[in-house]
Amino acid sequence: RSKLNTSLLLNRTKLPCCFLYGILLLLGNTDVLVLSCDLITDVDLYKVVDLFRTHDATLSMLMKKAYEPTEVAPGQKGKKKPVEQRDFIGVDDTGKRLLFMANEADLDEELVIKRSILQKHPRMHIRTGLMDAHLYCLKKYVVDFLVENRTITSLRSELIPHLVRKQFSAPTSLQQGLDNKEEGRKKKEQASLDIYSFIKEDNSLLKPAPDNSCWNDHRGDMNETLHEGKVRCYVHIMKEGLCCRVNTLGLYIEANRQVPKLFLNLGLEEPLVHGTAQITDRGMVGSDSIIGSSTQIGEKTSIKHSIIGSACTIKDKVKITNCIIMNSVTIEEGCCLQGSVICNNAVIEKGADIKDCLIGSDQRLETKGK
Amino acid sequence: MPGIPLAQVQNLALCCPVEVCLNGIPSFHMSPTVAPHPASPPASANVPNDNEKPVGGKSKAELRAERRAKQEAERAQKQAKKAELGQGTAPAKPRLTPTEAPSVVKRLPEHVQVDDPAAQRKLAKKLERQQVPLRQDYGTKVNLFSHLHQYSRKKPLTQQMSIPSTVIHPAVVRLGLQYSQGIINGSNARCIALLEVFKQLIRDYSTPPNEELSRDLVAKLKPHISFLNQCRPLSVSMGNAIKFLKKEISCLPDTLREEEAKEKLQGTIDNYLREKIVLAAEAISKSAFEKINDNDVILVYGCSSLVNRTLCDAHMQTDRTFRVIVVDSRPRLEGRETLRRLVRRGIHCTYVMINAISYVLPEVSKVLLGAHALLANGSVMSRVGTSQIALVSKAYNVPVLVCCETYKFCERVQTDSFVSNELDDPDDLIVLRKGQAQLGGWAENKSLRLLNLVYDVTPPDLVDLVITDLGMIPCTSVPVVLRVKNVDQQ
Repeated sequence: RSKLNTSLLLNRTKLPCCFLYGILLLLGNTDVLVLSCDLITDVDLYKVVDLFRTHDATLSMLMKKAYEPTEVAPGQKGKKKPVEQRDFIGVDDTGKRLLFMANEADLDEELVIKRSILQKHPRMHIRTGLMDAHLYCLKKYVVDFLVENRTITSLRSELIPHLVRKQFSAPTSLQQGLDNKEEGRKKKEQASLDIYSFIKEDNSLLKPAPDNSCWNDHRGDMNETLHEGKVRCYVHIMKEGLCCRVNTLGLYIEANRQVPKLFLNLGLEEPLVHGTAQITDRGMVGSDSIIGSSTQIGEKTSIKHSIIGSACTIKDKVKITNCIIMNSVTIEEGCCLQGSVICNNAVIEKGADIKDCLIGSDQRLETKGK
Repeated sequence: MPGIPLAQVQNLALCCPVEVCLNGIPSFHMSPTVAPHPASPPASANVPNDNEKPVGGKSKAELRAERRAKQEAERAQKQAKKAELGQGTAPAKPRLTPTEAPSVVKRLPEHVQVDDPAAQRKLAKKLERQQVPLRQDYGTKVNLFSHLHQYSRKKPLTQQMSIPSTVIHPAVVRLGLQYSQGIINGSNARCIALLEVFKQLIRDYSTPPNEELSRDLVAKLKPHISFLNQCRPLSVSMGNAIKFLKKEISCLPDTLREEEAKEKLQGTIDNYLREKIVLAAEAISKSAFEKINDNDVILVYGCSSLVNRTLCDAHMQTDRTFRVIVVDSRPRLEGRETLRRLVRRGIHCTYVMINAISYVLPEVSKVLLGAHALLANGSVMSRVGTSQIALVSKAYNVPVLVCCETYKFCERVQTDSFVSNELDDPDDLIVLRKGQAQLGGWAENKSLRLLNLVYDVTPPDLVDLVITDLGMIPCTSVPVVLRVKNVDQQ
């Protein structure tokens, strides 16, 4: 596993850019790696960062084939699933270069692809089943651009598609004629600033060398390598391994269910059942359940496929299946819990029968409740 | 002992083995290992000659005898000491091999000693000390080349490094990655990129307290150089540039402040880049296109930045018409890039693979090749396939011209391509045809080994002219240039 050190930012990707400006002051002259704090993954980070380094890319991001959640999350029954907001991601033949990104919400009825993209990359694979992990490597000049440009408020929904589009559009200064300089200046101030103006000329290490180097990323036409495009976006698509964002309840529960299987993979040495837990009947606890520290579990209590936090008290004759029980929860005798999430400090009285529920913190359920 | 007849002395000498120095001294008690037989049958050939020498008093013979006595005494003492130290030590290596001469110890570089576990252990220790990860070799190697490293492109060195890198400067990590993935290819490109990164390193460097810039900076550069070496073995041009830089740094006067010193270093690097690479390329291009005549057919091989530049300049700056035949070879297929660059300028080109050279050579008027390095015995080290082309051209009596800047001249001597070479990723040889990867399962087949050589050595008699920035010289003048360069630097 690669070790992440100081220069990482952990923030919500919907954060306004003033936060990044503050970080910029701290970091100085380096490129940044932006992570979302709701990401759980075991990806080899060097794969994403290497794409960024090798091709001197503007942006490098991580994606994974998304899974449809199979079970209905508790608390949502009765509500229809909202219309899928699909992302259309276009990658080139190698699967590394990101050519096109659009969200279904932004499109009316048709998917519009610019001709310049197809001229430079005749083969493009468009995928819809990809989940964005919200992990981005950005060059420093992108952060500078964000700081100056106040119209962009969200990283994922505005900045990234903007960068992907900019790969194939010429810098705005070229589009304005050289003779109407004054008008050009006014226009520049009013219109959003162009990212090309932020790219320093000596940043690209490939610049002195490309005449001499005989590498070309494509063949069959007369163009220079990488079509001399200065903005380049790359994506690493994970095929196997864990990568999930826990930003919805369903995904959270799914992730929790995956955790016992991962304990071995992650090399964590702790046993699934914590040492200080007092369990009367070991045999009744399923093999893939996790029990936290200082938890007391009574007799004849069966626990299957569940995760129980620390300092819980579970009395006798309780049946717990497929649940997530957080810390300091008290469950009295004879309860039957299925497919539920019970938050901190809740108390569930005797004989309650709970199925597919979401119980908030500090709640108290009366006896024999349903 | 006066008066020992010379003949007898000579006879005594001849009955002992050749490598032992002449020892006709009959002082037997000091040399137990030597048992000269005064009566042993001598090699009769010498006897008649010696008998004719003068037998006068303290003549040469007696002086010689005394000298031999001294030598014999010293050697006896040495052997006695060795015998004392223990019989376990290996017997003295036969002194017949000239390379074991103790006065000059030639240490083989590490990169040609991969099959020697002691050398590899030393390397591992050195890298651990410098905190540079060690890159593992990949796949079984062909026996003849088992002394060289063979890496896989799919397992980059950054796999073992932390993100962000703390020990190695990020620009160097990026450069190493670009080298190992083949993004920066070609002798000149690698050297230019290296020097640019070193400029950045120097910019970001700050002298720690109680240290001198001239010594500390060289020490700080070493892990970076080891890292780049692990990513891809250093080329000769890079090696020469590094030597130059280290010399410049260590020659910095102490009186300079840090800022001034750094600026001075950046200035010298810029000078080196400009003089040795950029201006040299211009000079070579100018002298080379004097050699290009009207209606010439020129054969080029692979992708050499210098040759491409020469041809493009010749096309643009003169009005001579010529056409070019580009020869290409697998797996790199660099000729396609040459083709693209030349056709873009409007030069008439033909593209063939290397197996077709004997078909096209009858119509070729000259061959223009690039070089990775020029060795001290005049051999040209270049992309694999170059020596083939030179050989076949010689058979067809086509002149072979090599373009090479002087900074690529190297003091190494090589007569074959085996001793010091580079092995590229063997998976490059796997070809995808109609969805099937031929050779895809080569690793499972125990008796199959793939070899992907990068360089080969062309002997000097196959090359007619070397075009350098110092002028057009024959291959055999390379040592002269090297000597002059050394004198200049001192």
